[in-house]
Order: sequence, then C-alpha cells, then structure tokens
Amino acid sequence: MTKEWTPRIVAFFCNWCTYTAADLAGVSRLKYASNVRVIRLMCSGRVDPQFVLEALAKGADGVLIGGCHPGDCHYVEGNYKMLRRFELLKRLLADMGIEERRVRLEWISAAEGEKVKTVINEMTEQIKKLGPLGMPQKFETWDKEIEHLAVEVQARDAAQGPCPTRAAQLKPMEAVHA
Amino acid sequence: MSAKKEELRIGFYVCHCGHNIAAMVDCAVVARYVETLPGVALSRDYKYMCSDPGQELIQQDIREHRLNRVVVASCSPLLHEHTFRGAVEAGGLNPFYFHMVNIREHDSWVHTDRGEATEKAKALARAAIQRVAHHKALEIKKVEIHPDVLVVGGGIAGIHAAMTLANAGKKVYLVEREPSIGGHMAKFDKTFPTLDCAACILTPKMSEVGSHPNITLWTYSEVTKVDGFVGNYTVQVKRKARYVNEDLCTGCQDCISHCVFKEPKFADDFNEGLGKRKPIFIPFPQATPQAVLIDPEVCLNFKRNKNPDGSPVVGDKCKKTCVEACGEKHAIDFTQKDTLQEVKVGSIIVCTGFKTYDAGRSPAYGYGNYKNVYTALEVERLVNASGPTGGEVILREGKNADGSPKTPKSIGIIHCVGSRDKKTNLWCSRVCCMYSMKLAHLLREHTGAEMYNFYIDMRTPGKGYEEFYNKLLEEGTHFIRGRVGEVTDWAMTPEEEGRLVIRVEDTLAGVVRRIPVDMVVLATGLEPQADAGEVRRLFNMSCGGDGWFLERHPKLAPVSTFTDGVFLAGCCQGPKDIPDTVAQAGAAAAEALVLIDKGYIEQEPNTAHILEDECSGCKSCIPLCPYTAILFDEGRKKAYINEALCKGCGTCVGSCPSASIVQNLFDDQEIFSEIEGVLAYD
Repeated sequence: MTKEWTPRIVAFFCNWCTYTAADLAGVSRLKYASNVRVIRLMCSGRVDPQFVLEALAKGADGVLIGGCHPGDCHYVEGNYKMLRRFELLKRLLADMGIEERRVRLEWISAAEGEKVKTVINEMTEQIKKLGPLGMPQKFETWDKEIEHLAVEVQARDAAQGPCPTRAAQLKPMEAVHA
Repeated sequence: MSAKKEELRIGFYVCHCGHNIAAMVDCAVVARYVETLPGVALSRDYKYMCSDPGQELIQQDIREHRLNRVVVASCSPLLHEHTFRGAVEAGGLNPFYFHMVNIREHDSWVHTDRGEATEKAKALARAAIQRVAHHKALEIKKVEIHPDVLVVGGGIAGIHAAMTLANAGKKVYLVEREPSIGGHMAKFDKTFPTLDCAACILTPKMSEVGSHPNITLWTYSEVTKVDGFVGNYTVQVKRKARYVNEDLCTGCQDCISHCVFKEPKFADDFNEGLGKRKPIFIPFPQATPQAVLIDPEVCLNFKRNKNPDGSPVVGDKCKKTCVEACGEKHAIDFTQKDTLQEVKVGSIIVCTGFKTYDAGRSPAYGYGNYKNVYTALEVERLVNASGPTGGEVILREGKNADGSPKTPKSIGIIHCVGSRDKKTNLWCSRVCCMYSMKLAHLLREHTGAEMYNFYIDMRTPGKGYEEFYNKLLEEGTHFIRGRVGEVTDWAMTPEEEGRLVIRVEDTLAGVVRRIPVDMVVLATGLEPQADAGEVRRLFNMSCGGDGWFLERHPKLAPVSTFTDGVFLAGCCQGPKDIPDTVAQAGAAAAEALVLIDKGYIEQEPNTAHILEDECSGCKSCIPLCPYTAILFDEGRKKAYINEALCKGCGTCVGSCPSASIVQNLFDDQEIFSEIEGVLAYD
C-alpha cells in the first residue's frame, strides 16, 4: 500500500458496440487513463446487477457498463433491459450508501472510440475525487465488529447463565418434535 | 469427457506483437507473474503468437506439457480469437478451453506509462487465468444457409452484385426504391477517365438484370422488415402501387402521349427537375423494367384526400384517355394498392448508395439564389443527349439578342462543395476532382466556353486519372488553386455586368481574384442517404460517426458488417468511384457465395440453457427473449430454451431471479472469477 491510490474501475462492455469502440480507440491510438479493466460480454443485457455488486464488494471503486445506443442493440433490445435493471440498481446502491456516480451506464457505438476515451477519463477523475470505496476493508471492519459483539454476548451469557426465557421457549418445541 | 477433478494445467502466452505490445508492456514481467498463479503449468512470452511458429508453439506445448487450458494475451479477440481456438484444437484440445486477453487495443496502444500498462496486463491476465479454469468443452453448432440472396439497391453496385450471383446460378431478389434500376450512374453522361458513355455500358446490364431468369426484380419497392439471422432471414418488402400492372405493361408509352395533359407539366426527378413529365410517365427511356407508372399526387383521376390506409382516393374526374390508349392490355389499374411480400433469404447485400450534398447549405455559392448556378448532377443531365435539352447546354437565365436561349461563354467549376470542411462534411468525396474535370471537358466540347476549375487539392489517384488531368491541362482548362469565397452578381467593372463573379484567393499567385463567368457548376460532395439511419437499424448494421455504414474491418473485412450474412457494396459504405464500386459489389457477391456454397455456418456455442432443477417456473425470462427462444412446459412448470433460436445475448441469464439460466462461454462462475481476477492487483 505504499503506492499512491488510484481508482479501480471494472467495465462490462458489450461485444458489438462498446467493446468494438474500445478496440477502435486502440487502433486510433487514443490515450486514456489505465484504471479501467474491461470484461467482455455479448450484450449489456447480460449484466446481472450481481456483477456490479460483486465488483464493488471485491474492491472496485467504480463500475462502468457500456452498451449499444437505444435502438441499435445487436440483440434488438438487450440494452433497454439493462437500462431497466440499472434504474433499480441505482436505488439499491443509494440505499447502501454508495454514491451514484460510482456506477455508470453509457451508450457507446462501435464508431465512438473517442467517447470511450472521454468516458473513461471522466469517470476516473470523478472517482478520484470521491476517493476509495474500500468495500473489502469495510467488510473486514464489519466482520471484526460482529466478532467483537459475539465475544461480548458470549461473555455476558457466561456471567448470567443461559437466558431463561429462551430455554422456556425451546422446551415445548423439543417436546413437540419428540 | 475428461475425469471429474482433473488437475488444472494452464498454458499462458503473452505476445509482444513486435513492438506493438512490448514497447508499452513488459511482457517478460507479465509472463513471470502469471507463472506464480495457481493452475498455471507454463508461461511464456513470444514475439508473434499469431504467426505459424507461435501457433505451433501452443500445439507442441499442449502435447508435451499436457496442457488442458490455454490463455493468450495479445490483440483483440475480435481479431484473433478464431486463430488461437484453431491452434488449440489442432493441439488436440477442445477449442473452448481457450481464453484471450486483449492487451494491445485495450492496453499498450492506449496508455503512456509502461508501469501502469504492465500492471493492467497482469490484472487482465490473472482474470483470464481464473476464468479459463471454469471453461467447459463445447461444440460448434452448424446452421444451414438458405441459398437465396437479397440485394437492396439497384444502382451499379446492386446490379453488379445481383448479376454475379445470378450468373453463378443463385436466386436473387433485387429490391430498388425508385421505379427503375440504374441509380446515379444512369443519370451520368460520360464516365471518367475513359469518357465512355454511361448509358452504353450500364443499360445492357440493366436489361440483363430485367430478363435474367434467376433475378426477381422488384422496383418501386422498399424493405420494411428484416427478421432472422445469417442463413435464415425473413424479409418483408413493400411494393408500392404504380397504378400500372408491371406484367401487362409493354412499355409502348401510348398512354403517355394520350394523357389529358397535352404538355409535360411536372418536375422530373430523374432530370434533377430540369425537365418536365406528365402524371403518367416512365423515368427515362432505358428504364428497367420498361413499365410506366402514375403519380397519384398529380393525376386527375385521383382525389387529393387519402383513404384510411394511406392510399389516395380514386376519383372519376378524368377522361382516362390513357386507359383508352392502353386498350386491351388493361395494364392501368387505378385501384392498385401497396402490397407486402415476404421472402426468405440466407444473405443480404446492402447497396443503398448515397445522396449528393445539398448545395443550398453553402449559401455563399448562391445556389437557388442565382439561376445560373448549377449542381454537377444537373449539368450531367444538361450535357446528356437524352437529357431535358437534348444535350444542349443552355442557361436557365438570360437570352441572346434574338431571343434564343443563351449558351455560356465561360464556366467556373467549384470543387469540394460541402466536402473537406469542418462546417459541413469532413471527408473528401473522392470523385469530385475527377467528375469536375470530366464536366470541364464535356462542357468545353459542347459550348467551346472558357473553363475555370477552382480546387483545393487535385486528387487523381486512379488508373489513368492523372493522365486525364494532364489532358485537361493541355486542353487549356484553367486550374485555380483556392477555396472559392463567394459567387456574386455584384459587378465592379462593365465586363462583370450581368454575369456571375467568382471571388477566390488564388493561393499559387497569392492574390484575390474576381473571375466573371456565365455559369457556375458546384461539384457537390457525397453524403449518406437521408434515411441511412433507418436502413442501418433495419439490417442491424453499424454506422461510422460520419453516417456511412461500417464495415467489419477496414482492411480485412471491407464488405462484411458486424451482422453475419449482411454485406455492403458501393457508396453506402463510403464515397467511391464506379470501378471501386463494381469491385466491391463483386467482393460482396463472392462473400455471399462463400456462405451459400459452404451450405452452413458455424455458430458460436454461446447459447443459454436452463437448469431444470433450479427453475422456479416464474416465467420472468420468457418475455425478455427477443427471439421467442424461451418456452414454458406447462406440465412440469419449467421454462426451457430452444437453442436453435437462441442468439446468445444472455439477457435472460442476467435477469433470472433463481440463477437457473446458464450461458455457455459467459456463465456466472466465469464472469465472477473474471471480476475477482481483474481486481486482484495491488
């Protein structure tokens, strides 16, 4: 952890438009920030909200989803279906306290290499300002808190003896099963 | 297949791609890093993985080191995934035990810091190593190809593609929007640089198309719907009502001469509005098919209001002398309606052409304001022997002292109108220099006028083109280098009085000049068709930022599109001249022939299937599938997928609440491990 922190962004690009646009950006030798790691899917419709949550949980500071422009989907309307899920996902993320700007959906056609560059640069800048999300570290803290709580409860139980009401509730249950 | 818990032995290869990757990514470092990852049996860096020795290296290692997975980090999978899958298969492994990492287009070419680029390559490689562990052996599906072909657009590109296929014995549907095939080429007088007459070389081809037993020609028709996929397209074509039965019309044109309109009265599109036609007309003498049509907008037998279905209401006001003239052929049918026809084809060639730049968008050149400013296409019709003036170049405005129409004594041709300009179109239209010189030659031949060509750069890169330029120079055409500032009728000297003055900075002489002429010709550039966006959607193609249809690869797949079985030819893909268009049409026809003669196409096995035990029968996936590939078994209350219809988008997989749908090549495990992999760097 001696290195200066830079954002980690996971991108899900559809094979037909955005992935091809990223290839075009390469062929055109456009230069952009190296923070994005692209995962290729056939269609943005394949993006399961769990992919986004998993990426954030595993240490991503942002997630970028790229699909074809509305009406241009190679599979007719997979991008619309992604859009619907994305709207729900945004609410879920807000409830989790994750800033909206960390997760972004962009329509980038196969011809828009330039847009790949601008979106990636913009997003990297934005997330730099937001700072690290640090979910894995948060999980560690939360795990420690839970552990601590468990130890405390155990200690209390040991001091007071088993909870009388709980024992009372359990007994008839056992009787029923017997 | 193989044993259940087989030991993982992954072979990893990182390609230098000469300096393309190695200059920005430390390939040796990546290889050494990957060597330490679990399951990796072997890790190498190599100069060119896609070369024969590179591919042999993979095959040899599979045999010698008992590899059961292979990962190659090199260029885009869209370029070489196929190559490496082939190498893996040749090595005796299922080709889908392979994964490719893109460290060129997505890494070395777009980053500037070697350290960062190397870190990124490591992360991407690690993701692939983790992913490939979950790969399964898959089988490639074969899909049959319907042998018929649809050609959209009947310009020279469509004509040539259709003829090539038809001569090879394939059945072709040629659909053209206009009443006749021929496209822009049919309007031209001569073609550069050989100056052979366009009609002489085109019309024989047109009538061959019209009579070819293997070609079904549908003019005045438009494709309205395309369903299906490579090998099995279902296409709906709207055949617009011509109010004349094409099969009964013999093209005698008696109806035209007997029309109640004694004189042609309505602007003639084919002649760029320079000529007039009647309500019943044939677009031009050599039109194919040789059938007349009626314009219901102006024909007296139609009312001006519309039926609920959009067709014009037939009245009874006209004497219908045309019907009388047609006699017992009974070809004229006022009750004809637009019809929809459906055809099944295996491949499609799109040759929808271009439109010319609207000269009115450059007001400084005075088109529409000064009558004697013409577009090049108008001049093509003007110098054409079958044009509205019979080939006589007479001005729209101005008469000689004896009242006869005036011919120009000096003519200025302005190049690059609408082209090579940030305000209009950035691209060079490729044909304007040549056709401007052709028109300069023809106009001088017809009128003996003094010719001035105003150019930015002369672009003559074609066989015999530079020689043509030299010929023009020798003929005495004046070439003035400079973008014209304006065309004006504001005279400063008696000599300029009543003429058009072209103001231009002569960049070779270094002076601003005023050149008075009688006629100005605007060499308008080429633009995508106005409805290119809709056509693109119809055939599921992509467009470049400039609006031209996008080829799959500019060099290696110049007539293919991103949709399998849909090919491009002619100017719809970008501006080009007739020789290039014909060459491209031939190439597109050859690509279609490859599909047809092979008889089948191999499809990516990235289809989805449902794990029956997991399916809760909620049916939420069913309406999501655009191909209706998901069905429901009412008896067992489970959904199931018809894999023949599945195209492998994975939309259903992403939305299944019980995670019971699996997409081959993109299953959850594979993607989750890839996510973990890309993030596991420090």
